[in-house]
Amino acid sequence: MSDNKNPVKKVSIICAKGTIEDVYAALVMGNGAVMEGIEANLFFTFFGLEAIMKKRMDNLHTGVVGNPAMRLPGGMRMPTLLGVIPGVEAMVSAMMKKEMDKLDVPPVSEFIELFVAGGGSLYACKLAADMFKIRKEDLSEHVKGIITVGEFYEKAGGEGSHIIFT
Amino acid sequence: MAQKTYAGVAIDVNEEGYFTNPAQWTKEIAAAIAKEEGLELTEKHYQVLEYLRNRHNGGEQLTIRGINKSGVVDVKDFYQLFPGAPLKKSTKIAGIPKPTSCV
Repeated sequence: MSDNKNPVKKVSIICAKGTIEDVYAALVMGNGAVMEGIEANLFFTFFGLEAIMKKRMDNLHTGVVGNPAMRLPGGMRMPTLLGVIPGVEAMVSAMMKKEMDKLDVPPVSEFIELFVAGGGSLYACKLAADMFKIRKEDLSEHVKGIITVGEFYEKAGGEGSHIIFT
Repeated sequence: MAQKTYAGVAIDVNEEGYFTNPAQWTKEIAAAIAKEEGLELTEKHYQVLEYLRNRHNGGEQLTIRGINKSGVVDVKDFYQLFPGAPLKKSTKIAGIPKPTSCV
């Protein structure tokens, strides 16, 4: 669409955190890429692995402690102490998901299906999987493999390719 | 305003080639735009185009999730029908504005 002579042809996106906002940032970027006809790899490492674990992917939370941008309805900053009350994190997370659903942003499992149907690829980081004792069968069947950082770089190569760390 | 001629009809389009007046659309025009995009339209394509136009005329936002749930086509087929940038390409052929959603 633009007259850019060096269009983005491939993106490899790394997601290392397991909060709702970190995971969705990676998924929106990845799915947005395949929708534009750009080849996309999503590589999940450390806490980001939660996003591709069958039993956890649809139960992600957002952090309510140590997040100065967290606001209460009405716009006031959410006091950190409020975040430590049991149930507050779950409530905030449920609200985030509800607002996203209104914008037709799918739950993680469905988003992953859309991304893969569009030709995107998902990978898990071997080092982090070993560390957290996560096996292939714990992961979504859409995950193509548990790979090393070296393999990741091999897949990330090519003209017009970019690596994004969210 | 720019104009482009498809199937012998002058169409009002924006600078990216999207219709500014969806009422000017016909099946023949769709086929001509598709040809320009390197596509030969099948019955299935027309079903999808009709769905997109109905959604647009109903004032609804087009998203890839909505298309998957449309019952007309699943996402995998949608990508195959309009390869490359499916939502951008299909809306152009359907004679409706380029979607503004990020999902």
